[in-house]
Amino acid sequence: MRTTHRRILLSTILTAALGTTAMAQNAGISSGYPVPKNGFTAQEQKGHGLYRRYCIGCHGPQGDGNGENAPYIDPKPRDFTIATFKCRSTLTGSLPLDTDLIHTLVRGVLASNMPSWRPLSDEDRADLVAYIKTFSPRWKKEQPGPPLQVPAEPEVTADRITAGQQLFQKMECWKCHGTEGRGDGPSAATLTDSKDRPIVPYDFTSGHRFKCGETDQDLYKIFMTGLDGTPMPSFADNLTPDQAWDLVFYLRTLQPGKTKERAIAKQLGLKPINPTGTTPQP
Amino acid sequence: MTWSRSLAAGLLLAFFLLGSVRSAVAIPAFARKYGLPCSACHEGWPKLNSFGQTFKDNGYQLMNDRDAPIYQNASYWPVAMRITPHWHYESVGNTTVDTAGGGTTEQTIKTSGFDLTGIDILTAGTLAKNISFLLVPSIDPGDGTVGFESANVRFSNILGSPWLNFKFGKFELDGPLSEKRMMTFSNVGGAYALYHFAPVGDVNDFSFGENQIGVELMGHSLNDHTRYAASVVSSTNGGLGLPGGRSYDGYLHLSQGFLVPHLGLQRIGAYGFVGLRPTFFLTSNGEDIAGTGRGNRSFYRAGVYGSLYLGRFDLAAVFQRAGDNVYLGNALSTNDILPVGAHGPIWNTATFEAHYTYSPQLIVIGRYELVRMSQQALDTNPSDLGNLDVFTIGYRYYPFMHSRAGLAWHQEFATLKSRLTSDTGQDQRSSSYFMGFDFAF
Repeated sequence: MRTTHRRILLSTILTAALGTTAMAQNAGISSGYPVPKNGFTAQEQKGHGLYRRYCIGCHGPQGDGNGENAPYIDPKPRDFTIATFKCRSTLTGSLPLDTDLIHTLVRGVLASNMPSWRPLSDEDRADLVAYIKTFSPRWKKEQPGPPLQVPAEPEVTADRITAGQQLFQKMECWKCHGTEGRGDGPSAATLTDSKDRPIVPYDFTSGHRFKCGETDQDLYKIFMTGLDGTPMPSFADNLTPDQAWDLVFYLRTLQPGKTKERAIAKQLGLKPINPTGTTPQP
Repeated sequence: MTWSRSLAAGLLLAFFLLGSVRSAVAIPAFARKYGLPCSACHEGWPKLNSFGQTFKDNGYQLMNDRDAPIYQNASYWPVAMRITPHWHYESVGNTTVDTAGGGTTEQTIKTSGFDLTGIDILTAGTLAKNISFLLVPSIDPGDGTVGFESANVRFSNILGSPWLNFKFGKFELDGPLSEKRMMTFSNVGGAYALYHFAPVGDVNDFSFGENQIGVELMGHSLNDHTRYAASVVSSTNGGLGLPGGRSYDGYLHLSQGFLVPHLGLQRIGAYGFVGLRPTFFLTSNGEDIAGTGRGNRSFYRAGVYGSLYLGRFDLAAVFQRAGDNVYLGNALSTNDILPVGAHGPIWNTATFEAHYTYSPQLIVIGRYELVRMSQQALDTNPSDLGNLDVFTIGYRYYPFMHSRAGLAWHQEFATLKSRLTSDTGQDQRSSSYFMGFDFAF
């Protein structure tokens, strides 16, 4: 029995010793990966570990969107070093609020490889955002823009939908999104993002979600703030809040499913716009 | 009494062997599909983190528009393989061996050498949006025979609700601890005692840790904090070809998670399994006829657990009570007359499993399991006959972390003491030392 106890003790010591050796090999690093720079806050440091665990494969160790999977992903992962973000509640050209980035983490990004990170805790997401902001000096030099004020949503009416359709034509949304919102407008094939990579406009007939949310308020924000880094501009200077809601209601008629907007459009017998005035070929 | 002790020794041996045929689910095919490193879904593979658990509960889907296979490159094949070449040392105490004079004696059997675990071929993914599958052929490294550890199809988010998911086939019960994602592999430490323990003389073959064949209805909240799983499985312990009786077993598991600031996701839950096993078969020329089990008698397993996270440290504690019918516990047919003092055996188990996740590349494991008999199958049995204590420590070191493949240096030591189970009524001490390279690609 004494021999057995000695073996147990020896095995325990050996396991512990080799485990300690492995741990020592990891010593001085954060969450198992080399610390790229000093001076992190505690929150950034925690975010660094989480970034390495979850995000590095696509966004890369330097946050430039050049992770090991980036070559195989379309659209490409976000480049955090330029701090340009599509989904914001702030005006075009400005930095987003932390809550905007957190919402993107919770929601994921439609039509991309970016999943929803809902299973993470609020704290983890806040830590991740803190770390992501260390990749670009913009966060040290600039403040996020003031958030766009979204007025209360008015009642949807036939007049508003008709007005929205006129705006859709007048603002030339159809040039990219197509006359029926299918993302097949005459300019669609020529679009590129700020890195000269081809980009496709949103196809409204594909579903109810957008890249930056799924509510009417989200849609309102999308065209009033623009999607920075893409050809989608901000219409904040061109549309009044009332007009923006009209456009929201019309865009909802282009989406599938049973909605109040579609029911009204059906009652109206709303036809797709015909901006060129030509007769459709049979 | 000798026969029952031999049976106990046999069960103990089977318990050890389970460690060598362990099969775990850590699937680089998923990582390749979604471009995520192993660490996104695993604390340290194969142990899931909350993100990985949600992914699994969503039917192997991230719930974005890249889930359906139609969005994958046509050359993508959802297949991964896993095996662990290793060196191990085994010691089994007070084992009966024959002597030259024709008698028997007890001695400690020790052996060591290089070895392989079973080879798992892990194929899993989606057939279409919200329809997923898992198929795991497992090859025995000794004789090359192939068994199907898992084979199931799952319909997820039925009617658009995460509360309705339906699985059909062979699968692991949604238990408090996943034996298929166990972090320890040795012969002693590679199986949970609470899932495999059987009292001395008991013939009930149900093993919670073995995958079962049947259906599962499972649901969860969007954030996966609230979960339920209800299963109905054939009473065959996962065996193919309807070898047993014609009855069904039922299982229910409920759990609730709580996010505690600065600590992480805590979870508490309760589960229960009730089943039937035949006590005799119709025979032909004295041989049992498969599928004709009769004289069904019941058994149950019921437990509560908590999974607590304190930053990088986590501890899971599971308390389970189990009982088998008196006929199962005494290996008797219902046509037999029960001996005086016969009871249905009842036992309690406690399992404490802790991990320290130093980083996604290094995880330390410690586990203590104990089994205490509450009621023996016979009054004449010592009250502590079969009591078990198992202690396991180890660690896994992952030299790299990316989305194509995984490699872990694994080292582990486990020791077990079972009370009075040798043929001469002595305690038995068994120990395993294991080190090797666990890789999946």
